[in-house]
Amino acid sequence: MIACPVCDAAVRLSQDPVEGELLECPDCGCELEVLSLDPAVLGEAPDAEEDWGE
Amino acid sequence: MRVGFLHSLIRRDEKLLIQELRRRPGVELALLDDRRLVFDLDSAPAVDVALERCINHSRAMHALRLFESAGVTCVNAYEVARRCGDKILTATALAESGVPQPATRIAFTEASALEAVEELGYPVVLKPAVGSWGRLLSKINDREAAETVLEHKTVLGTYHHSIFFVQKYVEKNGRDIRSFVVGDECVAAIYRSSDHWITNTARGARASNCPVTPELADISLRAAESVGGGVLAVDLFETDDGLLANEVNYTMEFKNSIDVTGVDIPERIVSYVLEAAR
Repeated sequence: MIACPVCDAAVRLSQDPVEGELLECPDCGCELEVLSLDPAVLGEAPDAEEDWGE
Repeated sequence: MRVGFLHSLIRRDEKLLIQELRRRPGVELALLDDRRLVFDLDSAPAVDVALERCINHSRAMHALRLFESAGVTCVNAYEVARRCGDKILTATALAESGVPQPATRIAFTEASALEAVEELGYPVVLKPAVGSWGRLLSKINDREAAETVLEHKTVLGTYHHSIFFVQKYVEKNGRDIRSFVVGDECVAAIYRSSDHWITNTARGARASNCPVTPELADISLRAAESVGGGVLAVDLFETDDGLLANEVNYTMEFKNSIDVTGVDIPERIVSYVLEAAR
């Protein structure tokens, strides 16, 4: 479990986490990004940019 | 085989592809975060094939060009990304291949765009040439709205918002179709249903299975081929005169379509990528 950088709630990583993976804080609902795995660090996910998409 | 996975953020779509690649025997996965790459115009990461899953179109397109220049086979190819990432280039490719699409006009000034809108007849849809997920689309129902939107885009937008891409509005009766093409096969399709005229699942549209009829497979494959082929999602409208191809997406999102279609789309994509490397 890692602390949400926004609300400090406990966030669980997925079973096979990957750097860059998006997660949602179960408490505040913020979209988070796995910034590193060793040590595990979460940050707020970046905002959508104009050329984001499919 | 060493597979480069070009990415930035890892969404559920990317995670499913990574998990599938890790399941394959003989595959060594190299995660290539576009935020950390530096290119020297000569070399590229030592991979046999690169699967592009960037979230930024501009980064994807340029990274693919640089990878290909260094001799790396890419899925999708740079030319495919270039054509699909710009609706004007997509519409041109569809037209050159005779693939039916909504009536389209391209204009470069407010005055000529207004002229094009009036000639098409209301309602029309104004779209940014580069953009996705249904963002910044305008359904324009009358001349007053057209004048307002065109002025706002010219004054408030960056220069590429003054390249006006106008389509005749197609009444969708609450849904459109997204088909998934992998190589020479249309592997699955979904209906995207919404009470809103924008039916992107990113905007809340509901996905349900759409049978892949011969007509749907035919236009999907022709649309995919027109932009260069590969792993592509084709957005289509149903009309009384048949299907119309609306857009072709080169970094397709599929997470909402696996369960409803029963097709293991990431498995199909990975098989295609590994075959491309051979």
